[in-house]
Amino acid sequence: MSRAEAQQAIALGDDALVLGHRLSQWSSRAPTLEEDIALSNLALDLIGQARLFYTLAGEMEGEGRSEDDFAYFRDASAFRNVILVELPNGDFAQTMMRQLLFAAFMHPYFAATAEHATHAGFRDIAAKAVKEMAYHVRHAGDWVIRLGDGTAASHRRTRAALDALWPATGELFEMDADETALAASGVVPDRATLHAPWQATLDRVLGEAGLARPDGDAHTLTGGRRGAHTAHLAPMLEDMQSLARAHPGATW
Amino acid sequence: MYTQALNTKDTSDTSRPGDSARLAVFQATIDAEDKIEANDWMPEAYRRTLVRQISQHAHSEVIGMQPEGNWLTRAPSLRRKAALLAKIQDEAGHGLYLYAAAETLGVRREELYAQLLSGKAKYSSIFNYPTETWADIGVIGWLVDGAAIMNQIPLCRCSYGPYARAMIRVCKEESFHQRQGYEIMLTLCRGTAAQKAMAQDALNRWWWPALMMFGPSDTDSIHSADSVRWKIKRFSNDELRQRFIDATVPQGLHLGLTFPDPALRLDEASGHWQHGEIDWAEFKRVLAGGGPMNAQRLAHRRQTEDDGAWVREAALAFAEKRRQAKVTRVAAE
Repeated sequence: MSRAEAQQAIALGDDALVLGHRLSQWSSRAPTLEEDIALSNLALDLIGQARLFYTLAGEMEGEGRSEDDFAYFRDASAFRNVILVELPNGDFAQTMMRQLLFAAFMHPYFAATAEHATHAGFRDIAAKAVKEMAYHVRHAGDWVIRLGDGTAASHRRTRAALDALWPATGELFEMDADETALAASGVVPDRATLHAPWQATLDRVLGEAGLARPDGDAHTLTGGRRGAHTAHLAPMLEDMQSLARAHPGATW
Repeated sequence: MYTQALNTKDTSDTSRPGDSARLAVFQATIDAEDKIEANDWMPEAYRRTLVRQISQHAHSEVIGMQPEGNWLTRAPSLRRKAALLAKIQDEAGHGLYLYAAAETLGVRREELYAQLLSGKAKYSSIFNYPTETWADIGVIGWLVDGAAIMNQIPLCRCSYGPYARAMIRVCKEESFHQRQGYEIMLTLCRGTAAQKAMAQDALNRWWWPALMMFGPSDTDSIHSADSVRWKIKRFSNDELRQRFIDATVPQGLHLGLTFPDPALRLDEASGHWQHGEIDWAEFKRVLAGGGPMNAQRLAHRRQTEDDGAWVREAALAFAEKRRQAKVTRVAAE
């Protein structure tokens, strides 16, 4: 069981790190200084969560792997993040839409974990992360509403972002045999139970933004949990890992 | 991160009848070490000097996000990545407080941005150098933030209240950044031979540009007596530079590094470190736009402004729609 638990912690860490890294790419590039600061906040929350999950995974494995071993010394095929978080930032509408789609799922995920999980390691991280994700939903949701109901151009971009990202949302609800077993024993939430709260958040925000929930297939961009990633992840990791890998064994 | 003594003198005279009595009150307030506040009367030259200095400082913070941002996605550990992201975020925050302080003097942030983007407004010359290795992130914290603190500590007592108060908060954060930068250097210097070489190379490249952050030498300075009388400037460029060198050289020696100045030596009699001549031609060239990164820094900023224009327009349009809807709702009730 502890191997499956560690895999779960790694997957949660990978989601957080990859999305946090993507958000950090906005630094000094945001539409306003205030938003630059806000995007850094979101990124810092996620990088912080990744560190906690990797540390937990290392403890569960008991093989001495550190947070940086997980982040810097695995190739793309070993990453277990969902495709949604590795997609490029695109424009500001796409970044905010991706954040909404992800956070609207992770908020109830962490709420359920903090309340019900039988494993203290997951519960403690979730108790902290649930507050952060509430802010992410609010911040990204406010922007999706503003952009959706702003100008014709911003509406068009927001619509395009939703259409582009929708096919990657189904993977948020996928569970393999290990995760299903963990959910059955109460270690992690059953993802299927989170579909209703996720959809309720989306419907509220999209309704105010003047956007309809797409009816297309939400499962065409999938495979990240099995290590089958898009072509976007490897170059992102190569850049991120380049310095650490150039000096193996060094302390920074 | 930092304000630079650019020592441009305001020469235009816009005094009006009746100003002499108000001027006497203004100067007496300053002489008593009280603060001038946004709504107090002030000479136009004082206002313009402050707008120029505060906005240059704000622009420096915002442009200063770029050289460090160059290593953000490649930071070699998650701890360093989070710390660097938080540091750059602090710089954006400093930019915000400083633009807000400038706005109390009757200018708008958009006007100040426009001056930056057109190349009319200056920012610190230090940010026109490239960050070639990770050690540059350490050296920027240690030297550039260290120099910034030397320049800015006296500004916490500046006569203009909103600027002085912004500086108190900025200095606290800068001092944290400086320690963090020194800790990066210490880790590199205790690390592998390659890491130590990286640290030495970074010091070699940044030492002289850091000394230039204090502005022209006092002998060549078109230093304005007004700034001293108005208690905007309390120490000369050379005095501040000397304090910085005296504080920094022992730190570098403790790291086991050497400074790229063969003339550097401790004068036992005065207790001060004497240094070689600064390349003022380089200083003037970089300040005038001829540094290695000037064009790229401004191009990045302009691109960001262009890319974000539709977002800002959408936010304004949305706010206006909501305002109209509220007016209609109130009218209907």
